[in-house]
Order: sequence, then C-alpha cells, then structure tokens
Amino acid sequence: MNSFSYNKVTEVAEAVADLTGHANARFIAGGTNLLDLMKENVARPDHLTDINKLALTAIEETEDGGLSLGALATNADTAWNELVERKYPLLSQAILAGASPQLRNMATNGGNLFQRTRCYYFYDTATACNKREPGSGCSAINGINRIHAILGTSEHCIATHPSDMCVALAALDAKVNVTGPYGDRVIEFRDFHRLPGDTPHLDNNVQDGELVTSIELPPSNFTQHFHYLKVRERQSYAFALVSVAAALELDGNTIKDIRLALGGVAHKPWRDCSCEEAFIGQEATEANFRALAEMILADAKGYGSNTFKIELAKRAIVRAFSEALKNN
Amino acid sequence: MTTKYIGKPASRVDGLEKVTGKARYSADFKVEGLTYGFIVSSSIAKGKITGIDSSRALALDGVLQVFTHENVRNLPWFKLRYTDLDAPSGTPFRPFYDNTIRFSMQPVALVIAETFELARYASSLIKVDYEEETHTSSLYQNISKSFKAPKGKIGYVPPKSRGNADAAYEDAAFKIQAEYKHSAEHHNPMELFSTTAIWDNEKLTVYDKTQGVSNCQFYIGNVFGLAYKDVRIISPYVGGAFGSGLRPQHQLFMAVLAALELKRPVKVGLTRQQMFSFGHRPATLQKLALSASPEGTLESVRHEAYSETSQFENYTEVIVNWSATMYACENVELKYELVKLDTFTPLDMRAPGAVTGVHAMESAMDELAYTLKMDPLIFRLKNYTDEDQVNEKPFSSKELVACYREGAEKFGWAARNVEPRSMRDGKNLVGWGVATAAWDANQMPSRAKALLSIDGKLVVSSGTSDIGTGTYTIMTQIAAEILGIAIENVTFKLGDTNLPLAPLEGGSWTAASVGSAVKTVCEDVRKILLKHAVKTKASPFYNYDPNKLQIDSGEIFDPNDSSKGISVTEIMRLAGVNSIEETSTSGPNPLVGRKYTMNSHAAVFAEVKVDEDLGTVDVTRVVCAVAAGKILNPKTARSQILGGVVWGISKALEEESKLDHQYGRFMNHNLSEYHVPVNKDINDIEVIFVEEKDDIVNPLGVKGVGEIGIIGVAGAIANAVFHATGVRVRNLPITMDKVLQIAEDDRNQVAV
Amino acid sequence: MKQETSTLETDDPFSDTLPAYTLVNLRINGQTHKLRLQPWVSLLDAIREYVGLTGTKKGCDHGQCGACTVLVDGKRINSCLTLAIMKDGAEITTIEGLADGEANHPLQDAFIEHDAFQCGYCTPGQICSAIGMFNEGRAHTLEDVKEFMSGNICRCGAYTNINAAIMEVKSKLENE
Repeated sequence: MNSFSYNKVTEVAEAVADLTGHANARFIAGGTNLLDLMKENVARPDHLTDINKLALTAIEETEDGGLSLGALATNADTAWNELVERKYPLLSQAILAGASPQLRNMATNGGNLFQRTRCYYFYDTATACNKREPGSGCSAINGINRIHAILGTSEHCIATHPSDMCVALAALDAKVNVTGPYGDRVIEFRDFHRLPGDTPHLDNNVQDGELVTSIELPPSNFTQHFHYLKVRERQSYAFALVSVAAALELDGNTIKDIRLALGGVAHKPWRDCSCEEAFIGQEATEANFRALAEMILADAKGYGSNTFKIELAKRAIVRAFSEALKNN
Repeated sequence: MTTKYIGKPASRVDGLEKVTGKARYSADFKVEGLTYGFIVSSSIAKGKITGIDSSRALALDGVLQVFTHENVRNLPWFKLRYTDLDAPSGTPFRPFYDNTIRFSMQPVALVIAETFELARYASSLIKVDYEEETHTSSLYQNISKSFKAPKGKIGYVPPKSRGNADAAYEDAAFKIQAEYKHSAEHHNPMELFSTTAIWDNEKLTVYDKTQGVSNCQFYIGNVFGLAYKDVRIISPYVGGAFGSGLRPQHQLFMAVLAALELKRPVKVGLTRQQMFSFGHRPATLQKLALSASPEGTLESVRHEAYSETSQFENYTEVIVNWSATMYACENVELKYELVKLDTFTPLDMRAPGAVTGVHAMESAMDELAYTLKMDPLIFRLKNYTDEDQVNEKPFSSKELVACYREGAEKFGWAARNVEPRSMRDGKNLVGWGVATAAWDANQMPSRAKALLSIDGKLVVSSGTSDIGTGTYTIMTQIAAEILGIAIENVTFKLGDTNLPLAPLEGGSWTAASVGSAVKTVCEDVRKILLKHAVKTKASPFYNYDPNKLQIDSGEIFDPNDSSKGISVTEIMRLAGVNSIEETSTSGPNPLVGRKYTMNSHAAVFAEVKVDEDLGTVDVTRVVCAVAAGKILNPKTARSQILGGVVWGISKALEEESKLDHQYGRFMNHNLSEYHVPVNKDINDIEVIFVEEKDDIVNPLGVKGVGEIGIIGVAGAIANAVFHATGVRVRNLPITMDKVLQIAEDDRNQVAV
Repeated sequence: MKQETSTLETDDPFSDTLPAYTLVNLRINGQTHKLRLQPWVSLLDAIREYVGLTGTKKGCDHGQCGACTVLVDGKRINSCLTLAIMKDGAEITTIEGLADGEANHPLQDAFIEHDAFQCGYCTPGQICSAIGMFNEGRAHTLEDVKEFMSGNICRCGAYTNINAAIMEVKSKLENE
C-alpha cells in the first residue's frame, strides 16, 4: 500500500472539490475492493476522499413509482430494505448472492458499480495485464482463464466484471445518477460499464471527478417471476462462473415481457435487448428458453479452460427461467 | 466422583482462552520496541537477480534496513546447516544465499521498519532486476524425465512389489486401467505464518508458528551459529498447520536474521499471497491397472505415481504403498518416481501420500467392482486381509470389518441400487459411494516432565504442539487419570524449547508418543507418592505394600479397606516434600514393530447430489467409521474426524493451486480464488468410532486420528459421483465442467 | 472517479512522502483509545498492533476469510478492509468485549461445549460474526445459518459444531 492523504467530507460539492489538486485521488466508501487492491499495489491513489458522511443513504420511492437507491446505502441495507424486497426481489436475491454478510455490511451500492475484475493477472503485479498496465499484454488469454469472459472480449483483455448486484441492475434497466465538476448527469445502466476493446484499463464511462449519487430503478412488474442463479465453485462466498438474472412478465403462459442479464461472462453485465424482444409473445417453455440462450450466446468465444462456460451459461439460463416460472 | 478421564468427552482445556481471544498465536506477542518486517517476493520463477535498488525504501524515515543477498553475509554455506528434521534429501533453500532465483515468489528482500505499514510501503519501492531463464513447471509435460524417488526423508518407505502383476493382468477375466491427476494444493491454515524474534545480546527468544519448536531451535542454531541453549522457541497456540509447520518457513529465518543484525525485536509475517511461496501437496499423475477373477478375487494391482519435486530437494511421500497392503492380492507392482520442477519443494500436507494414492486406488477398486457387476462394498470385503502382505506380518489390530458394517448400517447402504443414475431427487442425481482408508499408527520417542506441588497442583509438560488437535486436553486427561487427581488440578504445557524434547507434531503420532511419555512420567510420580505413603511413619499406610494402594480424586486408599485414606497433599506434607518432579522418556518398542504392522483404518460412505443440468456436486451425507484403537477423548477426536472429512470434501471438489506455466507461478494465491469449503458446503457428517482394543501398538492403545478422517473421503465422493451420473471423473477436483464432460484442458495448465 | 493505470515505475521517485498522523478516537469495547495514526492503518491493525487487543485475527488481510470480523455499531464487518480513521467515534466490539463482566456471552460457552473449533484461530471472528447475524435477525433455519455464516472460513472444518453451538444459542435467545 502506498502513501496517501485522507480527508473526510460531509457535502457532495465538497467531495467533488476534494479530488482536485491530487494526481490520483479516489473516493472511498465501503473500501472493500479499493483497500484490497491498494494492499496489492494495484490501486495506488495519492489521496482518499472519505464520502461516508454524505447524506446519500436513502432508499425511497420515486415519483414515477420506481425506486431510488442511495449510493451510500450498504448492500445489506439495500437487499433487506422492505421496498426493495417487495418491488425488486430480483435485486435482493442478486445482492444476497454476492460476497459475505460482513462485506455486504460494508460495501455500498455506488461502490458495487466500481468493483474491479477478479482476474488473477490483474491482481498480481508480477504479471502482464493490459487493464493494470496498458500495453503490457494479457496473460489470461494464454493462461489460466477458467474465470474469464466468453462474450465481448478483445485481444487485449478477457476480464469479467465480478458484481452480482450489477447483473440485476442491468436486467432491471437501472439508471445511474452522477454529479461532478461539470454538473449532474444520468447514465443508462447499459452505458455505464464498458467492453475492453483497446482500452481495457477503463471499466466504465464515469469521468474523472464524477461521483455516483444514486441508482434509480424504473417501475417494474417483475415481482412474480424472477430468479437470480449463481453458478460457482462452492456454495457461497465465491464469485460467479456464470450468473443469470432472469425475469418474466406473463400473460397466461405467454411472455409479455422478459429480462435476461448474465454475470461472470463479460467485462460488463451482459444484456442483449434484441434477444429479449424476439421472445416477447412467445410461450414460456423450456425450449424457448434454450433458444433464447443459444441466441444470446451465439457469438460467445472460449479461451481454453473457460470454454465450458458457453454451454454452462446456456444451461444456467434455462434453469433460471424455469425457476422464475415457479415463483409466485 | 472419580478421576477416570481417559475415553471421556472432556471439553477442551484451552477452550476458554480460545473463545475469549486470550489464546496467543505467533503474531500476538506484544514486545517493547517491536519493529516490523515485510518480505519482497520474486516475480520470476528462474534466473538471476542482476540488481536490487533499495535506495527509495531506505530513504524513508523509519525504514531501518533492507536485507538482500547483496548485504547478508557470514551465513554458512554448508547445506547441512540448513537441513531441518523434516527435510528431504537435497540442498535446502537458503534465503539470501546468492542471486539465483529458484522458484516464483522466492524471498529476495526483507524490509525492516518501525511500523508494519511503513515496511509494506517500503517493500513496494524496492526495484529488483532479473535475468530470466526458461523455467520448467509442468509435471505432465515432463513425465519422461522422471527418476526413482530416493530415500532420505522421515517417514518415507520405498515401494515393494510382489508376484507378477503384468502376467496376472494379461490373463485376467476382468480388468480396468485408468489415470488420475491431482493438482498441487496449499495448506492454507487460517493463521498466517509469523515470527517475532528478540535478541538480548546473549539469548534469542522466538515466537513462531510451528509444529516443532525443537526443529526451529535446531535450524536457527545451525544457520546462525548460536548454541541451542541460547535459542528459545515459543509456540503455545498454532492456528492450524496441517503439515505446513513441519519445516521452518521463510519468516523464521527473516525475523531472526534481522533481530540479530539490528538488535531490535522484529516481527515478520507472511501475507496470504506469500503462503503460496513454500511447500505444498505435490501435483501427481497416477496410473492404475487392476484385475480380478470372475468371482471377484483381486488378482493384480499395478500402481504408478509420478510426483513433482523442486530442483533442489527430493520430496517424497508414501503414495503407492497403500495399494499393496489394503487388500489381499498376490501380484502387486508399484512404482514411484519424481519429476524436478522450478517450484518450491513440496511438503507434507494432512495424510501426505495416502490422500493421493488411496483416492486413485479406491476409485479404481470401484471401477473394477462395476466391471464385475459386484457391489463395491462386497468386493472390498471379498478381498479383505488381516495380514500385511508386503512385510508378511499381522496387523496389531484391524477392526475394518466393523467399520464397514457399522458405517454401512448407519448410512443405509443396503438400500443402494447398484445401477448408476438410478437415484434421483428432483433435478438432482443422487449417488452413494464407499471407500476404505488406512494410515500408520506410529510412535516416536518423546519426553515429558511432571511437577506435583504440595498444593496438589500438577504441571505436566512436553515440547510438543497443539495445532488444534486437542493435545492440551488429552494430555491433561491422561495425567489426571494416571496420577489419580482431579483434572482441574492439572495443567499441561507445550510449545516451548525449555520443555522436554518431543517429536515433530505430525503423522498422527502425538497422542501415542507424547501421551506415552506423559503416562510414564505420571506413573513415576505416582510411585513416589505411594512410596511416601508406605515409608512415612505418620501415614495410615505405613509399611503397606504399595502395590495394594490406589489413588483416585487425590486420595490414596486401599480398595480392600475403606477405613483408611490420606490425601496426596497430606502425604507430601507428612513426608516433608514440597514438590515431586520427574522427567521420563517413552518410545516405541522395537520388538513390536518387527512383529506387527500397525495401522488405523476407516470406511467412508458418501452421498452426493449432482445437479443434472449444471453439474454441481453437493455432498449431502458422509458417514466415516473409524478404527483407531483407544479414543482418548471422543469429543475432540470426533472434531478431528469431522475436520478430516471436510478436508476430503475440499480435496474432492474444491482445492487446486493453479500453476501458470507462462510464469511458473501459482496464480490463485488468495482465499478468494483458492477454494476451501465454507459453512454452506458442509452438510450432515456422522462419525463412528468402532471398538478396537490394541494392547500391542503402545501402552495407551491409541493410534491417532489426525489423518485417518481425510484419506477415504475423496474416493468415496468420486465413486458417489459416478453412481449418481455414470461419469467417472478421475482428475481432482471434481468440478461441474468435468461432471458435464464439457471441460477443455486448460491449454497451458494440463497439456499432457 | 479516477481509473487506475499507474505503475510502480511511473511514480515520481522524489515524491516518497509519508502520510501525516491524525488523532483518531477508537471506541473499543466501551473504552476510548486516543491514537495517533496514519490513515493507512487498517482497523484490524489498529486494534491488534496499536491498541494491543490481539483476539481479533488476521487470516488473509483481504476480506476473504472472516477471521478479523468485529462488530461496528452492532454490525459485523471485516476489520481488515476498513481504515481505522474511517471508524473514528464508532462503537467497536471485539471478542474481548463480549463477556458481561465475568460471565461469558452464551455463544462463547456454547462454542466450548460443542467443541466448535479446533485450532481456535477463526473462533473470535466466528463468534463476532454469529452475534452480528443474530442482530440482523434474518437467519431462521439451519440452512440460513449456514449461508449467513459462510463469510467465516474454518480451515479445521469445525462447521458442524459451530452450527450446533449457534443453533442452540439462537433458540435460547429467541425463547428468552
């Protein structure tokens, strides 16, 4: 861990201003990923702005009947919030599938969006990694890539985004409110995270100095038929090899609306609306779910030890929707 | 009230300290003026250091020194000076000896600073330049370079073949052959290795995490040229070790080096990442071929194992020998070879060798049973033996049949449909598997001291360790019962080189070895007490035959005459003795070893539920029936077996140190990506101790329970997975991609 | 939000400054400790090395094992992944603060009775975590307990006994 200065702020404007004058300042909230990376010398901020005192913890209904999740509400408080449990149970399920109770008590909603990949090579400064050190090469492509991406990869990076929460947020069409030196703006969730391309060092489209203030969920009818399935190598406290956020709105057995997002398979939570649209009006059958799975994974590419994830993801999609159908 | 404690389920005597945070582990000793060390690990696996620039680190206020091979001098060059008691043949790794890099994450520099944070920061500023050389890290790609495993390591016995296995296999009606691959594994005890060293210009005091304080004393004395008597190693609590504490680890050398040089107390700990920089369970390739007659008689066993070792030492363990003793068979051919890689030397890890070899053998036995269309349990019973055919000796005791019977009954084995894929629970395929396990019941020479004070308090001590095994508790029980005083009046001390010499804590031999010494020394004290009782004029037993007297609950009495009695403290007062102190030695009886083979045994029954679509495996039930002689404490012994079963589940399904051959480096070097079971992974585990009386094995009749619990579990689970799915997964761990048969060999990891 | 790409080599070699000391008030087990700390001190290291309460353990230092679990304002967290300075003024409870005078917390006694540990290294974290779980009130069944205690690794494999101890105390507390 390198040397840094530290300041605790109490106002949003103060937080944004506090970053200026430092070459590499960072906000710290829960700290669960940032401090982890700092101990590995992967993150090396020269200044930390502690934003935990900002009044951004509220979880409240929005005028349009949606929900606003404060950026500083913890993952645990969010998952167990009565409104979230009632209106967005898929999100509760996804959050509770992630990390451990201790970590969920620390990690915040805003911070969750900024989780960095768990790629072994990104975490180990003895190895080459384009995300950590652009131009150094990607060790995972010819290395141990069991946990790596099968969709949207590039020759520069095959890392995955590790979040569970974000997979549900992607499925639920969330929006992210940010503020910064140039004012406030709203980022659609699908535009929040990036694919690696030739800039794998950039995880997302948030600009320097910007701060996430809240996450907004539009009104949703996915309170009956939903399922978050996480396939991993032990039964808890492990990152997903593949995860699936599945949600259905049914008219009889006909699909009125459908959502599908995948975790553990790409540099961002993976969602393809065109695939979903193709199945609106279709029957909710296992065969159709398999067809949907084939469609969303049509361009998937394996790198050796992660190739099995293509088939595993398809099976997981079918299972998640089958489970979603059972829910009431 | 009676002081019969042996065999009773006593709660741990160290329990209170453990649940209140008072138990002090290696990093918990507060010392005035303590400085902190942080190790810099090499980024390459093989090559030379061409330069180290420590200037930025040294320029920081509070950084005291940076040690590297360039400035560490006056260390011995002679390799034997570095050879500890668990070292295999070869040349032990000598830290800071020269500029050669022999393995990835080799310690290349040590920063000492006033605070931990500063040392850690300074370590990041040290620039090391390397000239890299091509490394070799794949076992499977280098099998052709294998060589016969040399002797030289404690516990290693070369394999012995018999009969003509090839001919028998050729002629047999039923046969199978198969290959099994095991990845490397790291012990990963919860406690990080840490050492605090204090040098007072005459004597060195060291708090260390170790399974043998004497081994560390010996190593430090030799390496740093100190008299053994001037080196004191203290280790009262060890936060798990599983074999990792059998050899001195990097931080011990580092802390002592710095403390001697800087004349300041130094604490050096390894990070969790650096816990992957020393010994590990070796990766192996095993080839088995078994054959049987149509009636199910095992006719031939051929078992070959290829195991990795480092370039500088020949680590050996007993992998294949078990296949020659577990079942009756006339024709057995064994082979055990090593392949040298540019990794650190492997190290004993819980049930070393047996876990590896028995998994393969028990899987192969299951395969052969299926070829024969015979119940795998009946097949095992059919080939049961009461004789060790390798050494042509009987077993001192072997209640394995009782293990099979009681285990099968508890598990409900009789209801099993032998057909694979015949049992189902919703989306899950259900499978039941069985496996056998065996382990050595060894005893090592050991010493113990007893000090009985006039207040009736007994302190018994021996320089052994308690790595969670329950040593404190069982020794207290033995001492209290043998002397005949209340357990509350007994304290057992361990983990200190000021205490009598004990062997390394490992191999499941501590209960037998240290327990026998404690028994002997307490018998000696008891004799002295009874002597006082019959020689002291004021004693009610003056001129009695001491052999007719007994001691219970601190009272000396004659069981045939209840009219008289005297307390232990009173007789000491009357005899005018303030304390009785005795030291005794106990060791194995060599005659017994020549006549008998001494093993513990177990039968393991496992139920798995395999998600048919996703291939994930859940071990829903395990019954482990154990024959391990006298069980000193059923409560702590059960915990040992529960832990062994958890380790077996872990080995079968989760553990794998992933070695990247681009770097020759273990990449999942953390507890997030190196998977061991979490609470959710563990379901119903039933432990049975079958009655086994053994007057031959040692005076206590105990065989040890540290390893026997793990050995059969991976085999039982692998067999259950086959029964559930019809898929035989031979390479551990059994992950969903292998179960679904969609796994592609990692192009870099397992390209054979 | 800055996205990190800096490497060791690109750092300015002449800017190696050390973080400034700050006065931090750590409230641990009802007692205030006034400490002069640099911001890079984790809560775990502050508790262990600066306050000297070594019951809280370091098992990985990366939030991957749970050995460092303490309660902060009644909630269980991994003390290794937070900075001490961030917890200035918060009520911190460690294993040393669970007893009520001479009387152990019932979970401490239940751990001894059920032999819910072997080496004991993960035990302080397990106990603090279980109390945090009780405070959350979300664990109702054994299956829940297994999931909600999965943030605490026990390498000795004492889970069966840990769960027995927790279930016993849970039902006792609920019946009170």
